[in-house]
Amino acid sequence: MANETSKPKKNPLPYLLVFPTVVFVALFTAWPVLLSFYQSFFRQRMNIAKYREPSFIGFGNYIELFEDPYFIEVIKNTLYYIIGTVPISIFLALFFAIMVNRKIRNVGWLRLAFFHPMVLPMVSAATIWLFFFTPNYGLFNSTLRFLGYSGAENWTGNPDLALLAVIIVAVWKNSGYYMIFYLAGIQNLPDDVYEAAALDGATGWQTLWKITFPLLRRTTVFITIIAFIDAFRTIDHIFVLTSGGPSRSSSVLLFTLWQERFENQDIGISAAITIIFVLVLLAFTITNFVMSENKEA
Amino acid sequence: MTTNSIKLLKKTGHWAGNIISIFLAMLWSVPVIWALVASFRPANEPISRGDVWFGSTLTLENYQHAWSMAPFGQYYSNTIFVVILILVIQLITIILAGFAFAHYEFKGKRILFFFVLLQMMIPTSALLAPNFSTIRWMGLFDTRLAIAIPYFGSAFGTFLMLQAFRAVPRDLVDAGIIDGCSWWQLIRYVYLPPSIPALIAFGLSSATWHWNEFLWPLIITNSDKSRPLTAGLVRFTQLGEIGAQWSLLSAATLMVIAPLFIVFLIFQKQFIKSFMHSGIK
Repeated sequence: MANETSKPKKNPLPYLLVFPTVVFVALFTAWPVLLSFYQSFFRQRMNIAKYREPSFIGFGNYIELFEDPYFIEVIKNTLYYIIGTVPISIFLALFFAIMVNRKIRNVGWLRLAFFHPMVLPMVSAATIWLFFFTPNYGLFNSTLRFLGYSGAENWTGNPDLALLAVIIVAVWKNSGYYMIFYLAGIQNLPDDVYEAAALDGATGWQTLWKITFPLLRRTTVFITIIAFIDAFRTIDHIFVLTSGGPSRSSSVLLFTLWQERFENQDIGISAAITIIFVLVLLAFTITNFVMSENKEA
Repeated sequence: MTTNSIKLLKKTGHWAGNIISIFLAMLWSVPVIWALVASFRPANEPISRGDVWFGSTLTLENYQHAWSMAPFGQYYSNTIFVVILILVIQLITIILAGFAFAHYEFKGKRILFFFVLLQMMIPTSALLAPNFSTIRWMGLFDTRLAIAIPYFGSAFGTFLMLQAFRAVPRDLVDAGIIDGCSWWQLIRYVYLPPSIPALIAFGLSSATWHWNEFLWPLIITNSDKSRPLTAGLVRFTQLGEIGAQWSLLSAATLMVIAPLFIVFLIFQKQFIKSFMHSGIK
């Protein structure tokens, strides 16, 4: 029966083969989106007796969110977090990849140094960094003091610095991971272009600027998508470092979602945030997809 | 510009690159190295006083102490159980789905494929609130199965398998069909052997990802019988009596990191290759 490979025929086998995957995607990706969409139109709070039963309030949850200055701050924090992590990580990743790709001795150590944070659990990494940010004797502050810095010390407890502390840890953790994609990109570059450039007497810098960077554009787009999604979904270090505080100054979208659902037990609001979250991610991925398709056409 | 000054410029650039990258590499390594050093520091010599790096001697007491303060053994077995369970089921589902999408033409194939890809566009962590409800409804709350089950189907893995299977030469497949291979013999003898690198790549990234995962297990577990290492560590750091005992915390942190990290150090090249592989699309 499997012999019918190219002719579309009524064969139940392919459906049976994709069935498990489709079921799990349906249960844990499609269904939760639908459920949240439905729940986002109801007021329901599990820890307040009179709101325990859902009641329809239309767009009430969405309106409440966008009128809430806290939520607006969280949106701003999320934007700052993305702006603070994505471009720097990508820039560092490219720099690391170029450095690690050279044929020099001991380059393995460099690669290990840049890549190893990727393999650590974010919560473990953050626990170590928590010490670095400790006031007075923390390593980070001691070093800054050594370099002549005399500003605010309590990084994770200072509303102006907490988000920056969270950003620093994320950049440290992810740059080496993105480096790997650039390494793959660089190693897939066509040799003949470089040979031609060398024949034409191009300097290393010119080759880098005129050939390597443009050829890595697709890799950069790919890394940007990954980095963007990572920025949205990785909040483990926030639990360890700041718990979103002080006064929500380091809370981002997913952290607020967690708080609304599991601390405030607010089903309606958390469903609305889930939907906003999903829409942002879909809009971003689809835009990227459409743009890259157009460029190739 | 004369050739000499170009050479000089190149050399300076080379050296500047070296110095900056060595400096950054040192900076990047400080956290883990510090934690390693601090974990062997005697507990009665707090880091707030004296040198932030070394104490007077090296000791293993922090590890013993941390181990006795929380059920790390149970956490280990939970994490390992979850990682293996996810991996085994994923390998089955992605091979079957990848094979179906690569080998057959069937009605609704494109729609089904796009449907599966949805999982790559909407990360599971965005859906933790509704998934929590689903798990409760299934009666799985606070079980190790609950940590694993949302990941049993993998769009990423299906995609990787599809790519790998498509690269298998058509002649080979046709030869298999002529020899009368059944569908699972085609997978076993024709499609799988050349796709092993893709499988390893997927396996390593899946294991790393789920060993390190925190948020979902935090939400879906409520007792030590199902809590994995990451959630256990955060609970440990919040124990009242711990406070700022950094050497104890470092020991606990390293215990969580160690198994995967040692495997990574041994198979470093394989890891990096795998992650490179999974990035090429």
